Amino acid sequence: MALRFEVVGRFNRARAAQLTLPHFVCQTPLFMPVGTQGTIKGLTNNQLEDIGCQIILGNTYHLALRPGADLIDDLGGLHKFMNWKRALLTDSGGFQMVSLLHLADITEKGVTFQSPVDGKPMLLTPEESIQIQNKIGADIIMALDDVVKTTTTGPRVEEAMYRTLRWIDRCIAAHQKPDVQNLFGIVQGGLDPVLRDICARGLVERNLAGYAIGGLLGGEDKDSFWRVVAQCAAALPENKPRYVMGVGYPLDIVVCSALGADMYDCVYPTRTARFGTALVPEGVLKLKHKVMASDERPIDPTCSCMVCKNYTRAYIHCLVTKDAMGSQLLSYHNLSYMMRLSRDLHMSIVEGCFPQFVQGFLRAQFPKGDVPKWVCNAMEVAGIDISACCVLHPSSQN
Amino acid sequence: MRFVVTKACGGGGRARAGALYVGSCPTPIETPALLLFTKKGLPTFISRDLLASLPSPDSRLLHVSPLHFLECPLPRTISNIGGLHQMLGLHECIFVAAPRDSIESLPESEGTNKLGPSFETPCGRRLVKPKEYMEMISSLKPNLWASLADEVPAWVSEKRNKTSVDRTLHWLDDCLALDPAGGANILGAIVGGSSIEERKRCATKVAMQNVSGFWIGGFGLGESMEERPALLNSVMDSLPEKKLRQISGLSLPEEVLQGVAAGIDLFESTYIYHLTLGGFALTFPLDIVERDIMHSQLSDTGSDCTKINLRATIYRKDTTPIVENCSCFTCQNHTRAYINHLLNVHEMLAQILLEIHNTHHYLAFFHSIREAIKGGKFDLFHRRFIDGRRAHVTSAVPCS
Repeated sequence: MALRFEVVGRFNRARAAQLTLPHFVCQTPLFMPVGTQGTIKGLTNNQLEDIGCQIILGNTYHLALRPGADLIDDLGGLHKFMNWKRALLTDSGGFQMVSLLHLADITEKGVTFQSPVDGKPMLLTPEESIQIQNKIGADIIMALDDVVKTTTTGPRVEEAMYRTLRWIDRCIAAHQKPDVQNLFGIVQGGLDPVLRDICARGLVERNLAGYAIGGLLGGEDKDSFWRVVAQCAAALPENKPRYVMGVGYPLDIVVCSALGADMYDCVYPTRTARFGTALVPEGVLKLKHKVMASDERPIDPTCSCMVCKNYTRAYIHCLVTKDAMGSQLLSYHNLSYMMRLSRDLHMSIVEGCFPQFVQGFLRAQFPKGDVPKWVCNAMEVAGIDISACCVLHPSSQN
Repeated sequence: MRFVVTKACGGGGRARAGALYVGSCPTPIETPALLLFTKKGLPTFISRDLLASLPSPDSRLLHVSPLHFLECPLPRTISNIGGLHQMLGLHECIFVAAPRDSIESLPESEGTNKLGPSFETPCGRRLVKPKEYMEMISSLKPNLWASLADEVPAWVSEKRNKTSVDRTLHWLDDCLALDPAGGANILGAIVGGSSIEERKRCATKVAMQNVSGFWIGGFGLGESMEERPALLNSVMDSLPEKKLRQISGLSLPEEVLQGVAAGIDLFESTYIYHLTLGGFALTFPLDIVERDIMHSQLSDTGSDCTKINLRATIYRKDTTPIVENCSCFTCQNHTRAYINHLLNVHEMLAQILLEIHNTHHYLAFFHSIREAIKGGKFDLFHRRFIDGRRAHVTSAVPCS
C-alpha cells in the first residue's frame, strides 16, 4: 500500500481528508479530470496546476493502444511521458472495451474484444490489465471488474459480482508494484443491496488500498443511484478512500460527498465545454445561445478563474464550437469550477459548515426551491437539513 | 503611436532596425518584428496565460482581422465591452488591424467593385464598404489599422491592376474622411500588383497622405520570388524613411529576409499557423552569423534543416525537446515523443505546444535579424541563411 488517508474533518457521513499518494498530497473530496490519452483536452499541465488539479485520470485502454504500455514504460512511465508532477489514476480498461467496442465478450478468463487495429479477437485478463497499469505507473490503479449495466437484472448481475471478487484475487496476485502503486477494488452488484454488500465485504477482507463504487450511471434512476452509494460508502472502511466511478455532475458530487464518498471522475466538464456549455453555480450556461451574443458579463461573476476574469459571455459565444480557443477557454473554466467545488466541499467539512455549503449550493441550483425528491431523500440519510431550500411539497421530478 | 528608425544599413542595403512606441505597451517593440496571427483577436491555440510565457514585448504585437467579427459580437457590443484590448483581456498588447489575414480572410478580387473590396471569409464571401469597415474599426479600437485595399493576383490585366490602385487610393480617402482620429493610427494601403509603375504610382500617392505608416498589400498573390525585390524597391523608394512599413502576404523565412532586405518593418506570422497545423516544429539555428553553416551538422532525420515533422515515427521514442536549450514552455516541459503521441491521437495539446514553440522560435529569428542589422551584418546573415538551405538541398542529392 502506497497511500495514507487521514480524515481531517467530518460532518455525519461526509468527510474531508488528506490523501497522500506517491506523487501528491491531495485534499478530498476531489474531482479528477479525465485525461484519456495522456492529456486533458485543450489544457497544459501548468494550467491544470494553476486551477488546483490534484489527480488526472488516464484510460488504460487508450494508452495501451497508443502510444502503447511498453513505450510508456521505456520512457519512464506516464508521469514522465506527459510531464505531470502530481498524481495519476488509471482505470482497468474493461469499461472502455465494453462501452466502446462491439462484440466484447466477458468470460471467466477476461474480456474478449475485437482489436480496433486489425479486427482480431483479443483478450484482456485481470493479470494483463494490472501488468499494463504497472507499466503506465499511475499512483492509483484499478482492478479489472465485470461491469453490467445497472438496468440489467437477473443472474447476470450476481455472476458479474462474484466474478469481480474472483478477479480481484488475480489482480492482487499480478500487482508487481504495491510499494508505489495503489490497487483499488471495485464494488459491483448492480442495484441489489445484498449483492453490493457481499461484494463490499469481500473486497474489504482483502485489505485493499482503496475502494471504488462501480457500475453506476448506467441508466438507473437517481434514487437507486444514491442508495447504492450510501450503502457502499457505509460498508467500506473509514480509513480508506472511496471513489465513485464516472460521477461528475456537480449535484451528484455534492450528494455523494454528503454520503461519505471522496473521489470522482467524469468527462462531463470538459466534454460539455467542447459543446459550448459552461458550469455555473446556477447549473449550466449554454454559451451558444443567441442571447449570449450581447451579454457583457463574465461566464460566472463569482468565479475568479482566468477566463471569467478576462472574457465576456459575448466573446466566448463567438468562439464556442467554432474555434479551438472556445474549447480551451470553456474547458479551463469548467475544470476551475470543479476544482473550486472540490475545495469548497473540503473546506466546508473541515470548518464545520458543510450543511450551510450544501444549502447554498442547492439554493443556487434550485432558486425556486424545487430540489429533486431524490436529493431530499439522500440528504435526509446524510443527516443534512435542507428544508430551508425546499418548497413545502418538493416535486417528485427526477 | 511613434516609430523611430534606429539603424539603417548604409550603402546598397535597405534593411533597417527601428522601435515602435504604442500607448498600450509599456516598452517599445523593436522592428523588424513579427505580428502574431490571431483568430478573433487571440492566437489560434495560445491563451493569454500561455502567451505571457513568450518573450515580451515581442509577443505583444498581434494582427487582428476585423472580418473575424462580421457575425458577432456586434460592433455595439464590442464598443460596450471597451474594444479589442478589453474584450480579449490583452491590455498591454498592440493590435494592428487589417482585413486580410492570409489564412481565413482572403482578398477576392473578382467580387470586388467600386463600392468596396470583397473577401472570402469564414462566413462566406463578403463585400466590405469603407463605412462599414470604419464602424468596425471604431468599435474594435486597434492601435493601428490598415485602410481598405483592392488586392489583385499577379496575373490580372494591366487595366484591372490600374483600377485596383485607383480604388485603393479612393478608399484611403474615404477611410481618412470617416476616421475621427484624422488618420493618427492609419496605415495607408499600397497595392499595384506586378507592375513597377503602378506600385510606384500608388506608393507616391499614399505617401502624400496624412498617414502614420504603410500597409503594403498585393504580395504573395502569384508573383515570383525573383520579381519581388524590384517591386518592393519601387515601393520603398517612394516612401518616407521615417514611417512604419508593414507587409502582408510574406511570411516564410526566405520571404521575411527578402522583405527585411527591402526595408520592411512588420511581417505576418501565417507561416507559424501552417507549420503548427501540419505538425511541424521549427529547428533552424539562430546563431547564423556566428556559425559556419557549411560545417554545421546536416540532419539525417528527414527534416530540411529548418523544421522537423513531429508526426514522423522516428520521434516515437525521442525524449529530447524539439530544440535543445530552447527556453520556450514546450521545450522546457515536453519531449518530441510526447508531441508525436499527441499528434497521433489528434489531441489539441499538440497544436498548443507547437504554436508556442514555433512562435517562440520565429520571434527569436526576428531577434537575430535585428541583431544582425544593428551589427551591420544583415547581408551576411541573409546570405548564410539562404546558403544553409542550399547546402542542405545539395547534400540531400547523393543520399537518394
